[in-house]
Amino acid sequence: MATKVTMEALSPTMEEGRLVKWLKNEGDPVAKGDVLAEVETDKAVMELTARGDGVLRARLAAEGDTRPVGELLAIIGAADENIDALVKKAPAAAVTPSEPSSPPVEVPPVAQTAPAPAVTMPTTTGKAAESSAPPAPGDRAPSGPSGAPAQSPPPAPAAAPAPAAVSGNGGGRARSSPLARRLATERGLDLGQLHGSGPGGRVIRRDIEAAVAASPATTPAAAAAAPVARTAPAAPRTSAAGDFEDVPLTQIRKTIARRLAESNGPIPTFFLTADFDLTSVRELRAQMIALGDEFKVSYNDILLKAIATALSQHHEVNAHWLGDSMRRHHRVHLGMAVAVEDGLITPIIADADTKRISEIARESRELAKRARERKLAPEEYTGATATVSNLGMFGIDEFTAIINPPEVAIFAVGAVGDVPVVVDGAVTVRTRVRITMSCDHRAVDGATGARFMQTLRRLIENPLMLVF
Amino acid sequence: MASFDVIFLGAGPAGYVGAIRCAQLGLTVGVVEREGLGGTCVLWGCIPAKALLESAAIAHRAREAKAFGVNVGEITTDYGVAMKRSRAVSTQNSKGVEFLFKKGKITWIKGTGTLTGKKTLSVTDEKGAATTHDAKKAIVICTGSRVKGIPAIGLTLDKTSILSSDDVLIAEKAPATMAIVGAGAVGCEFADVFNEFGTKVTLLEALPAILPLEDADVAAELTKSFKKRGIDVVTGAKITGAKVGKGSVTISLAGPEQKELTVEKVLVAAGRAPNIEGIGLEAQGVKLTNRGYIQIDEQMRTSAEGIYAIGDVAGPPMLAHKGEREGVVVAEVIAGKSGHHVNYGNIPNATYCHPEVASVGLTEQQVKEKKVDYKVGRYNFSASGRARTSGQTEGFVKIIRDAKYGEILGAHIIGAHATELIHELVVARENEFTVEEIDLAIHAHPTLSEAIAEAVLDSMGRALNA
Repeated sequence: MATKVTMEALSPTMEEGRLVKWLKNEGDPVAKGDVLAEVETDKAVMELTARGDGVLRARLAAEGDTRPVGELLAIIGAADENIDALVKKAPAAAVTPSEPSSPPVEVPPVAQTAPAPAVTMPTTTGKAAESSAPPAPGDRAPSGPSGAPAQSPPPAPAAAPAPAAVSGNGGGRARSSPLARRLATERGLDLGQLHGSGPGGRVIRRDIEAAVAASPATTPAAAAAAPVARTAPAAPRTSAAGDFEDVPLTQIRKTIARRLAESNGPIPTFFLTADFDLTSVRELRAQMIALGDEFKVSYNDILLKAIATALSQHHEVNAHWLGDSMRRHHRVHLGMAVAVEDGLITPIIADADTKRISEIARESRELAKRARERKLAPEEYTGATATVSNLGMFGIDEFTAIINPPEVAIFAVGAVGDVPVVVDGAVTVRTRVRITMSCDHRAVDGATGARFMQTLRRLIENPLMLVF
Repeated sequence: MASFDVIFLGAGPAGYVGAIRCAQLGLTVGVVEREGLGGTCVLWGCIPAKALLESAAIAHRAREAKAFGVNVGEITTDYGVAMKRSRAVSTQNSKGVEFLFKKGKITWIKGTGTLTGKKTLSVTDEKGAATTHDAKKAIVICTGSRVKGIPAIGLTLDKTSILSSDDVLIAEKAPATMAIVGAGAVGCEFADVFNEFGTKVTLLEALPAILPLEDADVAAELTKSFKKRGIDVVTGAKITGAKVGKGSVTISLAGPEQKELTVEKVLVAAGRAPNIEGIGLEAQGVKLTNRGYIQIDEQMRTSAEGIYAIGDVAGPPMLAHKGEREGVVVAEVIAGKSGHHVNYGNIPNATYCHPEVASVGLTEQQVKEKKVDYKVGRYNFSASGRARTSGQTEGFVKIIRDAKYGEILGAHIIGAHATELIHELVVARENEFTVEEIDLAIHAHPTLSEAIAEAVLDSMGRALNA
């Protein structure tokens, strides 16, 4: 009798796990309790042990794969046993959390204490949910105003048997309660896509909770992924193979992303503000201006160059959040926010890090002019890898800018001005600028952002590095 | 021997409403009831008690009448007359249910029923004659609950000195002194009634506050009001024993304040027991919860196939309106309709003492325990124009809302007509309206309902009239 090896709930909150490493090869003999593989949960890397004796006949997941709890990962059987049927049934087997015939031995202690919902909730993939979503009429509505979403039985919206009058309402407005509308807006859910369980198919609070619970890991991602499709349709400049690397999300990164997004809207943003000394920049600029008009550059041009250069050294900031992965761009396409008559637009300086300051100066003037004339071609304002916004000319000392998804950072540049500062114990006047970096915490942690700002300081305060 | 689609065992609010709904859905229905129709609510609870409270309210208003320019002379009260009126109202309501049964062609099987099988029961009438009846689709147990004493501390009901609410509802006169044990809804209501009828009332509550299920602010406000009107309120009261003497009862209290309390009558208003005995539940495999109620699922099904249970016998809260809703749901389940389940989180509470108390949802304490980020809005009736015109300015409206989404987590009203006012919030919660929808709905001026709109505004930090 073959033993199925499934993704086990190795922690109470685990809903899926990433197979980090196989420790047994196909054909290896295994005994009950042997460690088969390392699995990364939302909290840590843990060991997956064998629940039966025999030979590891088939490995059905590759290293690096993420699989929902309950899904078949491998089969242990006798060396000559026919396991074709088991292998073929693999997707269906996804809903069986553990083989009834296999006694629970040598289970890591956490697995034993894992509450049932974590094991049996087949919520993480559409396939698993469809094949096992409980029939809706049996669902107990959370009676308190705040039922814990993770505990309430969540029928997958698509799979729940829908009464005739569902939310769709003939293509019109989805019927929904005011509270449900607020919750849906917050979570980026489309009411029309949800199964309404209220009177007349009305979408109510528990439907939102069910939808959120059905895909805790992917919901914030979906919310963030939507703008990707809208705002960056074709970005030929950034999409060439080799120009970026896609980084799969680690479990801890997924958990950070989900928790922070829950706490702070779809894009959990934090801000880092620092003062930069422009003494050297001012000197550099003065020297350039002295060389003649063709060398005339603004403070902003130099700052654009500095930010672009820093980005080229910090690909983790020069990135796009794609929901299920992060795209670290190797090329720097710097967006610059330009105020136009009825709003703003962010034309792009492509490969800004490789351009000379004078080129950036010319290009930014040109782009700003054409932006105000509404003459930008779509490829000139799509595909930025990060953006700079400058309100210094309005006398704004410092401000915070809103991240333009899927980018993960934006830089708000304040006014350049002379301020008294303490240098070597004496008050003196220095030219300074204050820059605030808004970071998408799903992708950029505080220390990551701070390190970027360190690099930026080094560049701005030693501007010769920019012309080297 | 008669055959029905459904037989209800008990004609209280759960049973009679369930029976009527079944009849509406085309089922043939029999209802077994040994007393009058309407159950505790109509005969021994809600209805007669509210009739007495109305008498108390009139007495109270009459004493204030002079200030309103109305001279009514010397005010005297007669509990016997008030009692008889309350019985008449009760009988009238019971007759009303009889009429509804006739209209719905529902058969009243008079007598006491016992299950003899999953689909059959035997009914014994008052003369001792037994008949057998069978239910083709379902039997619904709705036998309700009854008053109980607390024998462990000497408070065994005796119908003369240690009384239940049933006893005081048919008392001929109000005693000179009375201790009421238990300050839940029943205790507070009778404290109000007897106080207005000239009894010196001491209200004893073991828990730290009266109306212990209500929000602490509300309980504090009611305590203040009761004390002002001369009711002795003792909370945290530990009764260690009771001695029945000739025409008096002496209650021993532990604690620093009062050691002994001698009163003419004691009213025990501390809880009710479900009527589960003598029905044959065990023989049919109907399981009980560990607190002694019949265990049901959300479709009102018991552990025995074809047997359902609703109302008090199926567990708290023991409220007529909770039973009535369960009656509707059980009828729809039996008729094969997929009705909406009972929303146990949105059942209003109502206490009809003066000032009235009503609430729905969570108390502030419960919200705190849930670690939800919340905001409170409050509006005192003393600031309400309408409350001033009627001279009833006690109390307030308190709204607890979710800080982020504005969901109404709890609503608490103490004041005149609170039990009527609460329903705006029950409807709002049932439809998942947030505080914003309440604010957008225009409230007529001048009304007490404006206090709700103001409390809602206050929760958003923008009260207009406070």
